[in-house]
Amino acid sequence: MKFSENWLRSWVNPELTSAELGHVLTMAGLEVEALEAVAPAFNNVVVAEVLSVTKHPDADRLNVCQVNVGEAEPLTIVCGAANVAVGIKVPCARIGAVLPGDFKIKQARVRGVSSSGMLCSAVELGLATESDGLWLFHVDAPVGLPVRQYLELDDQLITLKLTPNRSDCSGIKGIAREVAALTGSSYQPIKIVEQPAGFSGQLQVVVEDKADCPLYCGRLVRGVNAAVVTPVWIQRRLERSGLRLINVVVDITNYVMMELGQPMHAFDAATLAGGIMVRRARKDETLTLLGGQAVVLDEEVLVIADDARVLALAGIMGGAGSGVETTTQDVFLEAAFFDPDAIAGRARRFGLATDSSFRFERGVDFAATREALERATQLLLAICGGKSGDISEVAGQMPARTAITLRTSRVARVLGIALECGQIAELLNRLQFDFVMDGDLFSVVPPSFRFDLSIESDLIEEVARLHGYDAIPALAPRAALTMLPYSESQRPLARIRQVMVARDYQEIVSYAFVEEQLEIDLCGNDHPIALQNPIASNMAVMRSSLIGGLVGALRFNLNRKQPRVRLFETGACFSKVGAEYIQTQRLSGIAYGSILPEQWGAAAKPVDFYDVKADLEALFSPLALRFVAASHPALHPGRSARVVIGEKVVGWIGELHPHWQQQYDMAQSATWFEVELDALTQTSVPRLCEIAKFLPVRRDLAVLVDESVSAQTLMDAMLSAKAAHVQEVVLFDVYRGRGVESGKKSLAFRVSLQDTQKTLTDTEIEPCIALLVDVLNKQGAQLRT
Amino acid sequence: MEQLQQIQEQALAQFALIGDEAELEQVKAKYLGKEGSLTALLKGLGKLSNEERPAAGARINLVKQAIEAALQQRRDALAQAKLAEKLAAESLDVTLPGRGISCGGLHPVTRTMERIEHLFHSLGFAVSSGPEIEHDFYNFTALNIPENHPARAMHDTFYIDPEHVLRTHTSPVQVRYMEENQPPLKIISPGRVYRVDSDATHSPMFHQVEGLWVDEHVSFANLKGVVQDFLQRFFEQDDLQVRFRPSFFPFTEPSAEMDMSWRGGWLEIGGCGMVHPNVLKHVNIDSEKYLGFAFGLGVERLAMLRYGVNDLRQFYESDLRFLKQFN
Repeated sequence: MKFSENWLRSWVNPELTSAELGHVLTMAGLEVEALEAVAPAFNNVVVAEVLSVTKHPDADRLNVCQVNVGEAEPLTIVCGAANVAVGIKVPCARIGAVLPGDFKIKQARVRGVSSSGMLCSAVELGLATESDGLWLFHVDAPVGLPVRQYLELDDQLITLKLTPNRSDCSGIKGIAREVAALTGSSYQPIKIVEQPAGFSGQLQVVVEDKADCPLYCGRLVRGVNAAVVTPVWIQRRLERSGLRLINVVVDITNYVMMELGQPMHAFDAATLAGGIMVRRARKDETLTLLGGQAVVLDEEVLVIADDARVLALAGIMGGAGSGVETTTQDVFLEAAFFDPDAIAGRARRFGLATDSSFRFERGVDFAATREALERATQLLLAICGGKSGDISEVAGQMPARTAITLRTSRVARVLGIALECGQIAELLNRLQFDFVMDGDLFSVVPPSFRFDLSIESDLIEEVARLHGYDAIPALAPRAALTMLPYSESQRPLARIRQVMVARDYQEIVSYAFVEEQLEIDLCGNDHPIALQNPIASNMAVMRSSLIGGLVGALRFNLNRKQPRVRLFETGACFSKVGAEYIQTQRLSGIAYGSILPEQWGAAAKPVDFYDVKADLEALFSPLALRFVAASHPALHPGRSARVVIGEKVVGWIGELHPHWQQQYDMAQSATWFEVELDALTQTSVPRLCEIAKFLPVRRDLAVLVDESVSAQTLMDAMLSAKAAHVQEVVLFDVYRGRGVESGKKSLAFRVSLQDTQKTLTDTEIEPCIALLVDVLNKQGAQLRT
Repeated sequence: MEQLQQIQEQALAQFALIGDEAELEQVKAKYLGKEGSLTALLKGLGKLSNEERPAAGARINLVKQAIEAALQQRRDALAQAKLAEKLAAESLDVTLPGRGISCGGLHPVTRTMERIEHLFHSLGFAVSSGPEIEHDFYNFTALNIPENHPARAMHDTFYIDPEHVLRTHTSPVQVRYMEENQPPLKIISPGRVYRVDSDATHSPMFHQVEGLWVDEHVSFANLKGVVQDFLQRFFEQDDLQVRFRPSFFPFTEPSAEMDMSWRGGWLEIGGCGMVHPNVLKHVNIDSEKYLGFAFGLGVERLAMLRYGVNDLRQFYESDLRFLKQFN
């Protein structure tokens, strides 16, 4: 809601500066988004008439003019503008004037001719960014009048950021009422008089469902001159409200909307067939709107129709072919109250947002509808002539204004400050609310212009707002003190993140929506969850994995010459199972470049699968992970694995597939992992076991086995043998090369044996080792000798 | 006996000149060995009379002790010197950089959220979370924003299907939490939210922290107290000014916008208000018995002010040169 401060001050004029007024509005919930001067500062510029123009004796492009500035003697002014001519009225900056940009006008000699001022363009006065010469005023402009006064430039434009509950402030009248309540200044409503009928005749109006349109007022005005130029004062106020000028009749209806907050429409009566009907559209009825857009309607949409066709989207926009043109002679004016529910959301369906729909969706003062029609008629007759007919009014049930009980005690409880009944009564009075006070109970009837007052809390807000939020103290709450639960079997996410940080990973946050192709390529997800209204094609689908964001971030940093990049992210990943959206929190990391940052004591070695695997194992420690070779669309098929805990797959690890490495222009491979956060946060409370008093015995077993046999297979075999006394089996060496035939590898295990009660003897140890060798043999592993 | 004196002096003088442990042991033998001069003197005692022997023996023993002490002293000195030499040879350039991995760091948004969580935790707020693909009902309807309400248009919502949206605020968590728990309730809910908007000050994805306190005696004055306390602690500025001005949210009444003083002006920092009775009613909490307040804070906004970030988009570019500044 944008408007001229002067216009508001013609209704209510508190003794406040513009900035102070802005502050009062902001602190009352009518946030002033912008407060800007209509014109930059300048002075001593008056309306002048050019009396004569003669060529400058010494300059082809200059003229010497005699200029009347309303004094006995004309001024001589040298002017370089091409459009200077005898008889024009233009702004003239007089000697001593200071123009925008601190440009001072002095007595000057221009190529030998004395010049006593300057004729100005709109640019020179700071009122336009470009112009093609002097600013030409209307021939009626009074010579000698200061331009600031002539154009009413000492004015501010106020832009309010109206919240949806305050539709009552979408007109000057409402804002003035609010300012009066806030400041205690008196408020002078304009006088609206009933316009007597100049002829008898009215259109028949039928309202199909009065719930949709509880009040419809219409009136014929015949014999108007719609070709008249809109009076400057109306033009100015509309322009300062950010409204486009259309034609005098439409301008008048817009003016009344801005003034009273009541949207109106004007039909060319000659285009109407029969009477007016307010009804729901029939399915597939069509209408071409004023802007040329054709819309297909249905029963959800309320329309204004005549006997032949749909004329307008009720409360939203008029249709083409029935609006007022400059040639129109007979006008049918409409002022109605449409129920907010019958209008809400409809404009948006057609991609529209109009001044009218804005107001009707939020609620328009139904007690002032008829008054607005009178006001528009009054202006129309005065400006365009013609005669008005009788008002056709169809009225149904107006929105209920049921009394709301307001308890003084509840005000104190909700706000935390005790207000006296008298104080509350005074605040309600200032708001012009009807109320009855009974002890410390108030019974308040909300006014017709408010659509946001239905329960006690709404009134408490009004009381608080007017009393001033600033006047409510900030108090520390008092409450019973109890501790929060703190589960030890849940690892806090913050601690998990710290493990990643300690292992040299940098956290990133990436968008949860990615490019569809990325989901297909890296996740093999052909049916990602798509947004219906994505902001861009590279943010069109919901990620099913964090890999896209990490790879994107890696590439971003590689392009900026970062040689070593280690990143991680935690966040939700999305998939759909049946009708249900699954949202899983995951942790994912990617490492690229050397294992260590470049340094003096260690050779640079690129990070590989096993380095990142160690990070992952540290992250889950003390939980043991298993890794099962498997292929993943993003990963090298021979260097990727599922991460498993017990029987449950909790994630993936692997090196990026060489195909993607090449496509993404990466010099080296990157290793990536992703695990479910749930698996990471679950942990158990430690439970101490007895520490053996006797030292363990260690035996090493080195075996030769085919390359195709995984270390895990042998480990599993040994552990499942359940050999007595075996506490732990650790792989400590993998060897290929001299002494080991090709296609084979040598694996060395260290077996720890222990008994809690005694030191083991060789005779006890040997059978255990023999059992392990036996199960290793069964897996095709031969003991090396 | 003069000879004895001579032996002692000679031994001590000779020990002092020796710089090698093995040589020292050889020289020791000259005096104290089987064939040593002092040993010879001791052997000679047998030839003396019974009267002379004790005195002579005592004298020889004194000299022997003196030589042994000198020998030990010399041994220690040589060992000391050898150790000192070894240590000198082993000394390092302690200014060379340490070896091994370096350290990563948290994202500034995480850092800020953890800070917010810590501060509210100190007041007894628990942390709760909810889904990001949210049912229309929780995102809007249960928060007193019916279909076609103009407030829906204010939210610039991403739609997944006609019934599901990317949550536009963290407020749905309020409803979900109140459905499952009975008052008194005190939670914050940090998380990602989404709006169809993108420029230097708007991101299609950003973070909010929602706060909710429902109890028998919490008031608007308490809401002001908690939010002001938080902002002053967060910015570590006891004189930070916080301003509340009336606003509109369908799920709070009265509602307020929170501004904080910043470089001579006011900056919007979030919205808040007393939980609307309709919201409480939906989750079967008696609004006559219980009151509640709720607030929502923009995490990025707080991080930007705290760390001097001017362009919101930097948070999501994952530029290491940006991120490492928060380690």
